[in-house]
Amino acid sequence: MSWINLSALWKIVVYGLIAGAGLPALFAIGLRALAWPGGARRVRAAGAGAGGDADSDVLIGGNPVGMVIAAIIFLVILAALGWCVYEVYQIGHPVTKK
Amino acid sequence: MGNTVILVLVVITALSFDFTNGFHDTANAMATSIATKALSPRVAVALSGVLNLIGAFLSLAVAATIASGLVSTKLVTLTVVASGLAGGITWNLLTWLFGIPSSSSHALIGGVVGATIAAAGGHAVLWHGLVSKVVLPAVMSPIIAALVAATGTWLLYRISRGLTDAARQHGFRVGQIGSACMVSLAHGTNDAQKTMGVITLALIVNKTVPAHSNAPFWVILCCALAISIGTYVGGWRVIRTLGKGLVEIESPQGMAAESASAAVILLSSSFGYSLSTTHVATGSIIGTGLGKKGAEVRWNVAGRMATAWVFTLPSAGLVGAGAYALADVIGGTIGVVVDLLILLAVAAVIYWRSRGTKVDHNNVNDEWTGTVAPPEREPAAA
Repeated sequence: MSWINLSALWKIVVYGLIAGAGLPALFAIGLRALAWPGGARRVRAAGAGAGGDADSDVLIGGNPVGMVIAAIIFLVILAALGWCVYEVYQIGHPVTKK
Repeated sequence: MGNTVILVLVVITALSFDFTNGFHDTANAMATSIATKALSPRVAVALSGVLNLIGAFLSLAVAATIASGLVSTKLVTLTVVASGLAGGITWNLLTWLFGIPSSSSHALIGGVVGATIAAAGGHAVLWHGLVSKVVLPAVMSPIIAALVAATGTWLLYRISRGLTDAARQHGFRVGQIGSACMVSLAHGTNDAQKTMGVITLALIVNKTVPAHSNAPFWVILCCALAISIGTYVGGWRVIRTLGKGLVEIESPQGMAAESASAAVILLSSSFGYSLSTTHVATGSIIGTGLGKKGAEVRWNVAGRMATAWVFTLPSAGLVGAGAYALADVIGGTIGVVVDLLILLAVAAVIYWRSRGTKVDHNNVNDEWTGTVAPPEREPAAA
């Protein structure tokens, strides 16, 4: 028995990065897609600087393609979370040994 | 009969510990969401309580580590478990009074190990299990969490560059609610397990259940309830330190920190590592300060926390050992009862002290001025 379980360690680091940093990054991409300008409404582009006026927190750019992409991304994230929880449940309930 | 009385006392004490665990740790999941106003304080603690309840049922790996992997179940007695719990609760309450997010898990484990050493000597402790499943994860988990959170923060700001500041705050606040929920869930899978583990340990010791048993269902249910009620009550003092004291947080940082915490805690829980959600959450919050250009980490606050972490295992251990010594001198059921009465008295004093500098959902987000309890506000002009 070793003191550090290296295989568990690298799994925690790698999966941790994928789930803990990757999923929020995906969410950020979803937000970008959602804010894609087009259609009736427009969101002001970047460079508006800090603060901005009250209107500028509108997230939906109105571009249909962007909206579809965003929806797909958000669904993928939800699915990933659901799958994670399922995995944890599976691992956490080993068949009871009597 | 004496055994049954002590067993019942142990179970009640364990559930009290679980309660303090809950309110001490609400901060881990919700501090950043409360700080960025993604959730109102009341809603945040309620949501976190419910998710802790669900999380408690999700995984039993950590409970197994605590019940069978730390101390020799053959050499431990119920008095030892009771004394250990007394140590854990005392440390949890003290650190809460000072608003320090210290690890409830280490308080518990320290207490139990200390009492075990006092009772049966060092050989009753499974040192390998203690070091490989508790001490090393305690050192590594905040570092991993900080790495993940820093990476996440950098990515989030990079990707969301095209959005206006306000739109970004708005969008990530929504994301933050999701990630905070995952942390609460993860907290249930890790922290609720610890009390289940201790009660199971007590049941094994009392031969109510055979060695290496899993936690019985009523234990899971009671622990889940105790931790979620504790969470709902909310440790506002610790929430304030984590949310306001350490780093001034924007919503993308909050989301990055919470996602990192959730991922690291859930992964570690599945491997049976009883890591401290507190250490992970703190590591994440520091990481998110490091990952954003120009963000300031208040290292003096971080240093104070780290000091408390180092002291947690030994201090709780000393209290646990002292409690055991006292119970042993008096002997029998009375000894345990005296211990618990003293514990009650200590808890009452600490609670009374905390009333002097109250932190609650009203002032939890006040400007950080270097103290846990914000200065009295001017009476609000209607």
